[in-house]
Amino acid sequence: MNYGIHYGASNFVEKIDYTFYFILGIDIFFFILITILMIYFVVRYNKKRHQKAVQVQERTWLEVLWITIPLILVLAMFYVGWKNYIPLRRPPKDALEVKVIGRMWDWQFVYPDGKVATTLYVPLNKPVKLNLYSPDVLHGFFIPAFRIKEDVVPGKNNYTWFTATQLGEYDIYCSAYCGMRHAYMYSKVKVVPTEEFNSILANLKVASSTDGEAVLRNNGCFSCHSMDGTRLVGPSFKGLWGAKKTVITPDGKKETIVVDEKYLEESIIDPNAKVEEGFMPNVMRSYKGIIKDEEIKAIIEYFKNSDGEAKKE
Amino acid sequence: MRAEAQEFYKGTYLENTGRYKGIWAWLTSTDHKRIGLMYLYAIATFFIVGVIMGLLMRIELISPGKTIVEPQAYNGLFTVHGIIMIFMVVIPGLSATFGNFFLPIMIGARDVSFPRLNLFSFYLFLFGSFLAILSQFMRHGPPDTGWTFYAPYSTTTGTNVIMATTAAFILGFSSILTGLNFIVTVHRLRAPGMRFFRMPLFPWAIYATAWIQLLATPVVGITLLMIIAERLFRIGFFDPALGGDPVLYQHLFWIYSHPAVYIMILPAMGVITEIIPTFCQRKVYGYKAIALSSVAIAAVGYLVWGHHMYTSGMSGKSLWLFSFLTFVVAVPSAIKVFNWLATMYKGSIDMKPPFLFALFFIFLFTIGGLTGLVLGALATNVHVHDTSFVVAHFHYIIFGGMGFAMFAAIHYWFPKIYGRMYNLKQATVASIIMFVGFNLLYFPQFIIGIEGMPRRYYDYFPQFQPAQVISTIGGFVLAAGLALMFYNLIRSARKGEKAPANPWNGTTLEWQIPSPPPLENFDEIPHINERPYSFK
Repeated sequence: MNYGIHYGASNFVEKIDYTFYFILGIDIFFFILITILMIYFVVRYNKKRHQKAVQVQERTWLEVLWITIPLILVLAMFYVGWKNYIPLRRPPKDALEVKVIGRMWDWQFVYPDGKVATTLYVPLNKPVKLNLYSPDVLHGFFIPAFRIKEDVVPGKNNYTWFTATQLGEYDIYCSAYCGMRHAYMYSKVKVVPTEEFNSILANLKVASSTDGEAVLRNNGCFSCHSMDGTRLVGPSFKGLWGAKKTVITPDGKKETIVVDEKYLEESIIDPNAKVEEGFMPNVMRSYKGIIKDEEIKAIIEYFKNSDGEAKKE
Repeated sequence: MRAEAQEFYKGTYLENTGRYKGIWAWLTSTDHKRIGLMYLYAIATFFIVGVIMGLLMRIELISPGKTIVEPQAYNGLFTVHGIIMIFMVVIPGLSATFGNFFLPIMIGARDVSFPRLNLFSFYLFLFGSFLAILSQFMRHGPPDTGWTFYAPYSTTTGTNVIMATTAAFILGFSSILTGLNFIVTVHRLRAPGMRFFRMPLFPWAIYATAWIQLLATPVVGITLLMIIAERLFRIGFFDPALGGDPVLYQHLFWIYSHPAVYIMILPAMGVITEIIPTFCQRKVYGYKAIALSSVAIAAVGYLVWGHHMYTSGMSGKSLWLFSFLTFVVAVPSAIKVFNWLATMYKGSIDMKPPFLFALFFIFLFTIGGLTGLVLGALATNVHVHDTSFVVAHFHYIIFGGMGFAMFAAIHYWFPKIYGRMYNLKQATVASIIMFVGFNLLYFPQFIIGIEGMPRRYYDYFPQFQPAQVISTIGGFVLAAGLALMFYNLIRSARKGEKAPANPWNGTTLEWQIPSPPPLENFDEIPHINERPYSFK
């Protein structure tokens, strides 16, 4: 179980946790002070003991005191918070750059030579800069154990970085709400020794535009469409080619169609035109321009050839 | 006019029916007191709906995986819970109900400046609320964007976003017009001799709030229209696929929605500032400091919206500035807390339910405020932003703060409004149950937030379950306290013992007139020649 404030595994942990203790320490002091004063006054000056209120006059020095002290303290908090934040925005030049693709609803990591992974492998004690990219909506890249979080904003080149300081596996969450399966947009970062990292990298595959299965995987299709017939958010891909389906059009009409090239292409470009009965419309967005024409062809070829037996169903 | 008015004084505002009878006498009334009460009843109803949605979410979260609803339904629940609670309950909460009812009385006026506009605002509020609720049941399903409507998800999702944003737009207008009305009322209708620095502090808070309503709400109105335009006409404001900028949306949204937090909390602080002197029988400590800190909060509160967006990739300079200003705005709130404490010093404290609620307010609001400092600092924000830490912080401020102040206000002014008293023992028991339930519900969320539990999550890992179970139990304890409170208040409004005009020995003007107040409040407009809260 590697979670929690008491567990950290990156270069930022020490300074950020220090900031937490600094602010929370002052917080707890004031919280206790205010609570104790409140209880003391309520008991000491209760009507039963203290029947006649004393109309105390304001004292300017007191007002000045409790404006000045909080002001100094909050400015100190601001300064500590700011100072310890600066390094988060300053990745070293020699950092290993990885492109992070956050999309509805999975993560993908692209290494400099085009190698693709769904788990983020990083070498120990080496700075890693993550270039955050979203093809659809806002996501948030969050590794609690590293104390980093940055929004993945479509149309913007946002980034974050870290140096992992402990071997192990840590959670990656999506922190910015992104729709139906937001809570399941999850991956892991695996911190490994450099040699192991190199051999893992060597075994990863380059993203392909001619291998249909790879295109499906690289676009996160499998997070909603299963290959084994399991019902997820969208219809399963099992036995898709040539299957007869009842679909519903946006104006609510029922139609029966056979899954062919035209239907597959339409379902990628304009997924809400014909939605299989029993599934929610308007969940999938258009992949027009994101999955290119040749990749659509590869997907179609893949479905044509994948499971001939299931076709009869 | 004078002679006509004289005739009305014979009855209270509850009895006088004017031209119409029964329910129509209420629905067509331009009396600020009746309008205030209609808001109160509508808001209480919406609040119950919001609470039920909250409980459904708590049941869903009691165990990992599916408990009662599917992910899409859960996303709809937290969105609609947010829309109802924010736009229909908390924003109009205190200012439209007790502000309407007591602002004119406390400054010695017979009504607000524009009584008909006031009724119109109420109908806008009802219409907007009707649309918001309708958006749940229309064909494409409830909106699933979160109450923040973040683009580009909100401009692309297939659910009923247009209707929900239209509703928020209309509700915004109701808020703007109410703000305008109160500003003019405070400027034009104060009783002779009541200078600004002789005005009680609840009107001060309502006045500062009204300026925020008037100046900030149009921004969100336009932003929501931009969402609609983007959805309907594919105009690219926010969606990068159309050439827009999603971060622009966040800026525009928070330029309103951060000041909106002060729309919610300032009147609450105002209520607490009324209650504490009355139950301590002591002049409020630091009258001017409290009055001016409301104005300071309203002014600086405009400039801190960026602290909702530290992780959006803003430039270092804006991060620096927003964090700095966020810490500055914490100070006026601290001043108020210290002044409230100082008011208790050497008072003669009567632990009646309104005062107990006020103490709970200070306790919960302090926790909310202090945890806000963790969120305001850049280094720590990055870790807890968008986690349940934020959920806990927000609920401590808004529910623990504004909500408990609302309950305090109801228990404080109830005898004035209805001329009857509620059961004090029951009210005390209910307030303690709510306080315990509240802390059980929200405090664990701080802890799992720090441990990395993201917010708006339908599902979670087993390590977070113990805290989630405690939260759910707390939710039901809180709901039980609420039920007892509602039962007590509803029963007492009809059958409670008759209350005297000034049961708490208050000094402000509302306690100097009969309970319930006469139709036009004052037989003769009083002349004010000293500051309020002078207990003899």
